[in-house]
Amino acid sequence: MSAGGRALLLISIAVAGFAQAQPLLSQSQPAAERQQQLLHLLRNDCGACHGMTRKGGLGLPLTAAALREKPDELLVATILDGRAGTAMPPWRRFLTEAEAQWLVTLLKQDTP
Amino acid sequence: MKRSFVLLFVCALMLASCAARAPQPIAAAPLRGTGDLGLIIEREKGSVLIIEHSTDTALGRVEGLGDLSHAAAVISRDGRYAYVFGRDGGITKVDLLTQTIAKRIVQAGNSIGGAISADGRIVAAQNYAPGGVKLFDADTLELLADIPTLDSATGQASKVVGLADFPGNRFAFSLFEAGAIWVIDASNPRAPQVTKYPAIGKQPYDGLGSMNGRYYIAGLYGEDGLALIDFWHPEAGVRRILDGYGRGGEAMPVYKMPHLRGWAVSDGRAFFPAIGHNAVLVADTRDWREVKQIPVAGQPVFAMVSPDGRRVWVNFAFPDNNTVQVIDVPTLSVVHTMKPCKGVLHFEFAPRGEEVWLSCRDDNRVEIYDTQTFARKAVLPAQSPSGIFFTWRSTRLGL
Repeated sequence: MSAGGRALLLISIAVAGFAQAQPLLSQSQPAAERQQQLLHLLRNDCGACHGMTRKGGLGLPLTAAALREKPDELLVATILDGRAGTAMPPWRRFLTEAEAQWLVTLLKQDTP
Repeated sequence: MKRSFVLLFVCALMLASCAARAPQPIAAAPLRGTGDLGLIIEREKGSVLIIEHSTDTALGRVEGLGDLSHAAAVISRDGRYAYVFGRDGGITKVDLLTQTIAKRIVQAGNSIGGAISADGRIVAAQNYAPGGVKLFDADTLELLADIPTLDSATGQASKVVGLADFPGNRFAFSLFEAGAIWVIDASNPRAPQVTKYPAIGKQPYDGLGSMNGRYYIAGLYGEDGLALIDFWHPEAGVRRILDGYGRGGEAMPVYKMPHLRGWAVSDGRAFFPAIGHNAVLVADTRDWREVKQIPVAGQPVFAMVSPDGRRVWVNFAFPDNNTVQVIDVPTLSVVHTMKPCKGVLHFEFAPRGEEVWLSCRDDNRVEIYDTQTFARKAVLPAQSPSGIFFTWRSTRLGL
């Protein structure tokens, strides 16, 4: 195998590995239209306290850097059930668990 | 000779292209007043629309104001400039006549609003990060004083909410984490004196100054009640009003914090948004006892009285932010309900209240209503509009 071929193989393996690392995301993708609604909710209604650009306001920052160390389960539970003693309300009335997980994955990637 | 002709030609070209694109320089524009001007925040675009409410039209757009996802404005004493406070800690001084940015500074990391002093010479910004209040020269935006809210015992800097101006170049504001109200006397703006009122209640989320400059009231998120200072009797300290208005009933989740500025006082009564309840609270302004809780369509965000004092208009938090209700002051009852559009974030009355402008964030437009007939008069396109601020605010205490 040529040097170029080896490099290509390595890249292919890396890409495959990356894809395997995110099975949850691909399995529980909301439909395209719902994704737009969720993004709108994120920008405007989460953004009311956390800032439209998620740098924080009365609520904590929700940037990827701020969330990196926090486990997904904790973040999903916080979204769905709120956090007692703070102003964070429960969103279970408006979101499914899969949708909350989709948002958490998005937030950790700093997607707009 | 030939060279100077070319130069002249180039100059003329430049002038012509400027005139075609930008607003006319003030010398060339016809003289006009600013009493019917205002601006509308376009939150996603980071721009403002300059509007004229005599004609219900937009005159132009000014861009480049930074992150306006939460923004507020105060108006200069002469009604010509708006100071726009953005989420990114920016203060942008917008010239409403020339539709240009006269000055812009970034003074903090995260900010949501500000105030202007009674004499119009000091602009004050309230900051979330790093906390505290900063005072600026209204002409130059030069920093005059910095009042940090860092608590040396806990190492925590409180977020500042509810900044309002009072007579004597004073300002009052609330500290979200510390649960305190501080009053600044800025009669010497480079050396302001701070009076601190601790333990006023848990998590004050906003505050207001009454339009007669007498009362400062902070709403509490962490408790059912509000905290009041009477500036005619500051020695009496802070008192709790409407204590326990939820009466132990379970509060509903709050999807948007109410705003208290632009509050409603009429007929000896004050109207407040309840937090966690679908109600507008009514208190008697003589003794601040609760008169009534008016049931409404959702959790109120703004409850603002029309300039004639006859009605209180109310908008609501998510998921009821498509609705607006109108309360009749003499009967303390809802007399009109409408669902004008999606995402009604704010509204503003014309100076004498014959019309009201509503921002419809999710429908990208502003709607203008006749306040007597509730008929829609006009619709203006606007990109994700939020706050609407007319120049009459420059003449009112607390705004």
